[in-house]
Amino acid sequence: MAQIKNRLTPFFENITFDREDNEMVLNFGPQHPSSHGQLRLMLHLQQEQIVKAHPDVGYLHRGMEKMAENMIYNEFLPTTDRMDYIASSSNNYGFALAVEKLIGLEVPRRAKVIRMMLLEINRLMSHLFWLATTALDIGAMTVFLFAFREREYLMDIMEGYCGARLTHSAIRIGGVPLDIQDSFIPQLKDFLDKLPQNIKDYEDLLDTNRIWLMRMEEVGTISTEMALSWGCTGPMLRASGVAWDIRKEEPYELYDEVEFNVPYSDKGDNFARYRIYMEEMRESAKILYQCIDMYDECVKNGQTELMAHAPKYVSAPKLDIMTQNYSLMQHFVLVTQGMRPPVGEVYVATESPKGELGFYINSQGGPYPYRLKLRAPSFWHTGILTDLLPGHYIPDVVSIIGTTNIVFGEVDR
Amino acid sequence: MRVYTPKDNVQKKAYYTDRFHKVPHVPKEAVESDEVFAADLEAIKAKFEVLDAYIQVGQMVVFINAKDNYNVLELMRDELEYTQLSEMSAVDFLAQNNSFEVFYQMLSMNKRKRIRVKMNIKKGEAVNTVEPLFRSADWAEREMYDMFGIEANGHPFMKRILMPYDWHDHPLLKTYPLHGDEAASWYEVDKIYGKEARELIGPELRDSAEVDRYDSNRFARLGFEVSKGTEITGDEPRVEQSYQEDGGVFLIKKFDRESSTVIDDPQR
Repeated sequence: MAQIKNRLTPFFENITFDREDNEMVLNFGPQHPSSHGQLRLMLHLQQEQIVKAHPDVGYLHRGMEKMAENMIYNEFLPTTDRMDYIASSSNNYGFALAVEKLIGLEVPRRAKVIRMMLLEINRLMSHLFWLATTALDIGAMTVFLFAFREREYLMDIMEGYCGARLTHSAIRIGGVPLDIQDSFIPQLKDFLDKLPQNIKDYEDLLDTNRIWLMRMEEVGTISTEMALSWGCTGPMLRASGVAWDIRKEEPYELYDEVEFNVPYSDKGDNFARYRIYMEEMRESAKILYQCIDMYDECVKNGQTELMAHAPKYVSAPKLDIMTQNYSLMQHFVLVTQGMRPPVGEVYVATESPKGELGFYINSQGGPYPYRLKLRAPSFWHTGILTDLLPGHYIPDVVSIIGTTNIVFGEVDR
Repeated sequence: MRVYTPKDNVQKKAYYTDRFHKVPHVPKEAVESDEVFAADLEAIKAKFEVLDAYIQVGQMVVFINAKDNYNVLELMRDELEYTQLSEMSAVDFLAQNNSFEVFYQMLSMNKRKRIRVKMNIKKGEAVNTVEPLFRSADWAEREMYDMFGIEANGHPFMKRILMPYDWHDHPLLKTYPLHGDEAASWYEVDKIYGKEARELIGPELRDSAEVDRYDSNRFARLGFEVSKGTEITGDEPRVEQSYQEDGGVFLIKKFDRESSTVIDDPQR
């Protein structure tokens, strides 16, 4: 029988709504370019002023937690790239660290230094991206082009390291897969040497710009209590007067060996957050210079190990796999069956560019996590819009969404 | 015959475990080994029943009764300086002992300590909301409801958050199937036209390479454009389609082709 196609094609009808009061309901997103992905906001308006905001999320929900329960640990690692895809190594790292804590692995020093470099490069990439998109949302096209140009250099460095520009999967459970390439440090140094001038350029364009100040100052003010109550972390919390940085307070890797400051502000408005992102870029550059020195030291001391030695959990180096029978067998078992971490649970928080990125893993001794909960900072930073937006005007919505720096890959997971 | 698999836990299982495999455990330390945690535990124990407490991977885990959750968290926030609820969710142990394990991950920034408060609830039981204490629980409890079907009593807006409102079942339950519903594409057809129409309508077109006979007009390939007004002929006549519920729908004007202006040429 011939098929009749297009039978279920909808057609448009005239719909009329009547309301008694003056309130208008405005649907913002999920395809709005400044909604940073798939944010849908239902805004109740009195004239131009918002009286009630209802963020609606879930348009990018992929069920990562369910996927994790049915994947071996190493298999899940590339999936974490798709959470905060602006700084994907941070997610890889958060997951790898959680599994390492669960197993009790100690990562070699050289791998730690490389990881720190990758993390800080990702932080710079994320902050530059934030600056570019927020400035663009507010209408500053020049800053957008400048910041994307700098981000491109970093992406090239990452591409040279791991072959990917956005979804890196550059960190493994137990260390890093590769040593950095020869051009890595010279390129990074070139970039870092230019960075202070670049940051100054952005600031010259924005700091005294009347439009920027009007859109940023005294807009989207978050009090300390509100930030704590809503579970805000990262720049969102530091802009509201709490100098809490997990790298400083609960140091992981070698963050206790490097010198850096934690910028914070007690203003809590958009402008404070903007200032914090700018200062954090400078701090990241400081950390990266120190990492380069630490790396040179590792080379001098002949520390060549990149992966932890734990035959039950981590495959041997490629050379061993290709030459030694036992290593090959072990590798085969780890790839086909997967590692089996001990029974227990762990919650590990790391400071991703957006805030506290936490991985809760409940292991029942099997090769698949029994439960894996992803604590993504952007989830709470989206939730706070419910309380933050009322009282503001429509144009403020865009600048507030901009400075909360939410990425929907990790809100919806 | 297909191999029977238990339906109460459809999570992937290890397909091979060698007979010498001994399951290791993450070590648990006594709470007394850490002064700060010991003091916190004493303060909680003074007012509430603590079922179990230990330190695992540097964080204290405290098991409490489900009815105490609000008060314990209030005590921790106001007196023990655990000012932030970082995360909360549940773990499904329905297949093992017919219960959920609900956890609250607390953070004290002054003490630089993290405590995980845990409690067990039976299937079908609800928890008390902690939303008045921590606004972050607003979304966290909605997510827990969405994923596990555990409701929070007293929550101001207990609706799904990530899945669509009309979704059936809760995805993170271990009973939730790992593959999709193969009959789902027929539900709409069955509802509107009845099951008999399935054959007439045919399966949903999911082939993105499918070429419709009107496509040469609408989306011609570059270099193969069809001039405007070209007659596109196929073997079937073009039938105007319209559908409306019997009796009409609230607030929606009944569509009447006779009284409408039909624009044949959008660029007239």
